[in-house]
Amino acid sequence: MLKVKTPRNHRVRRELEKRAPKLVENGKKTLILHGTKTSGVLNEVLKEIYHLKKGKAVKFSRKNENIKPFENGGETSLEFFSMKTDCSIFVYGSHSKKRPDNLVIGRTYDHHIYDLVEVGVENFKPMESFKYDKKLAPLIGSKPMIAFVGEGFENVEELKHFKEVLLDLLRGEVVENLNLVGLDRVYVCTAISSNRVFLSHCGLRLKKSGTKVPRMELVEVGPSMDLVVRRHRLPNDSLKKAAMKTARDQPKKKVKNVGDDAVEGKIGKIYIPDQKVGEMAVIDKSKGVKRERREAKLKKGDHGHVSKKQK
Amino acid sequence: MENEAQFTVDLGNLMCFNPHHHFPSKPSSREELVKECLEKGTELVQIIANNLFNLPSTESVEGPLIKLPPPTTRLPREKPLPKPKAPTKWEEFAKARGIKNRKRDKLVLDEQSGTWKRRYGYDRANDEENIPIIEAKMTDEPGFDPFAKRLSDKKNRVEKQEKNRMQNLKQAAKVGNLPSHVQLAATALPITGTQAAPKKASKHDLGKVAGIAVTATASAGKFDKKLQGEKPAQQPKKFRKFLPVAEGTGIGSQERSQTEKILNSLISKNSHEILNVDKAISMYNVKKEKRKNQKGKSSSTSSKLKPKSKPQKKFSKKGSSKKEKAK
Repeated sequence: MLKVKTPRNHRVRRELEKRAPKLVENGKKTLILHGTKTSGVLNEVLKEIYHLKKGKAVKFSRKNENIKPFENGGETSLEFFSMKTDCSIFVYGSHSKKRPDNLVIGRTYDHHIYDLVEVGVENFKPMESFKYDKKLAPLIGSKPMIAFVGEGFENVEELKHFKEVLLDLLRGEVVENLNLVGLDRVYVCTAISSNRVFLSHCGLRLKKSGTKVPRMELVEVGPSMDLVVRRHRLPNDSLKKAAMKTARDQPKKKVKNVGDDAVEGKIGKIYIPDQKVGEMAVIDKSKGVKRERREAKLKKGDHGHVSKKQK
Repeated sequence: MENEAQFTVDLGNLMCFNPHHHFPSKPSSREELVKECLEKGTELVQIIANNLFNLPSTESVEGPLIKLPPPTTRLPREKPLPKPKAPTKWEEFAKARGIKNRKRDKLVLDEQSGTWKRRYGYDRANDEENIPIIEAKMTDEPGFDPFAKRLSDKKNRVEKQEKNRMQNLKQAAKVGNLPSHVQLAATALPITGTQAAPKKASKHDLGKVAGIAVTATASAGKFDKKLQGEKPAQQPKKFRKFLPVAEGTGIGSQERSQTEKILNSLISKNSHEILNVDKAISMYNVKKEKRKNQKGKSSSTSSKLKPKSKPQKKFSKKGSSKKEKAK
């Protein structure tokens, strides 16, 4: 026997529809969580990543015993959380003797782990340690520019993979229209050596240059850190093939009341309701404008002004 | 910007990549390294800005708006592509027959009131259910209730539609594209063969069971510790009451009168009347039947002639009712 289960109220239904697979997806959300043990540095790192991604991130504050992304069976609870929170990127921090200040960044496809990169955090500098003009502080949720520097990102396989994950993590929402005034943050990722990436978050100062394009100046606003790539796991081919599928034709939203004509080009229809003269609203309904009052005032005017006090 | 062509620029993601820079030797201090990185970064950001500011822009109140091209770096999807909606059985049929949907007016003339009303929904036009008087026809049988028929017809229509919907949903689930807000949940395993869904015990039912369970103690739950929110026992007292054997007045005399009453009915002149003849006969019949069955199972003619279950049923029903009377 089967029973149809549908949401009991419309709020839940809307939420479910939001989470359903779509042709044009809503941006990826980030899940941030801890392992059994995290160092002070790692706590800071996770907190600041959460601040950078605010609005599109979910942070869990409890310790998670049975999450071991690289191990077999250690991903079940992670995948469950990903489903519950509808997040498809996760940042998992753990600290151990073998792998101090360990950060696992991974992506999920259809709530199953897609790929994983494990990095160690070194030389971390938190946001508070940077002194700068607070006017330059980036706004929450603004679209960042991302700069990747270094041949390592092309030649070394791990870094190449890491670059893609970083781009997915940092890029924010895919937008169609961009306000040029809103450009206020830059992530600079530099491959210093074959396994080390320097990541820095900068504010942007636009200076006059005499031409149309202003001169860009970067101001470090933090956090900045070195990420040492440790282990990584690429997606398997079949999964990758499935995940990279794109719809051939993007859906076109039908614009109401706008048509196309071969001769006249774009034609818009405008609907104007019938003018109801009889029911027309009186524009000014204030007391003083009323007829009786006006007449009374005229009468009084003949006798000259009478102050309220004498009344 | 002489070597701009060497850089990969992804304007959709506002990303720029310089794949040629190489750190020949590690800078001596951290500050120098950071400085060099930022310098290189600034160069790239400038390239992005050059591209951005040269795109056609429209002025708005907040500033110049530009239209970004779609991202060129291919990143994996979050979820699989949505599947096209599975056609319903009707849709399939309509397609095979070439039946096309035609638009019909929302408003229809209501013949009864002469006004325009909605075709469907509340206060609809020509509502069959709103007719207060149905004229009898010559063909109508006596005892036939047209109103009841109307009601049952409606019920059947709704049921049929529900069945069709279920069928379509099942089909959609098979293909794997149920609507996102619908879940098909198994209420029972198919192995059990139960057709009706097992009823989930309600709060009330559970309370009832708990009330019965409480009486399992010798004191019938009188001295049990009550949990918070627990309801009082269903049967607050013991089921059987024994009257005091010691003779006396009032309650002491009741035991005697009770036994005397039974004895009198047995010893009295018309004692044969208390015999339930019907019951006795049926009991006799059942016993006889059983004996026959045990003797030879091959001769099952008698059991075929007589429906076996009927007398038993009757017996149990009658017996229980007569028993009470006899008492």
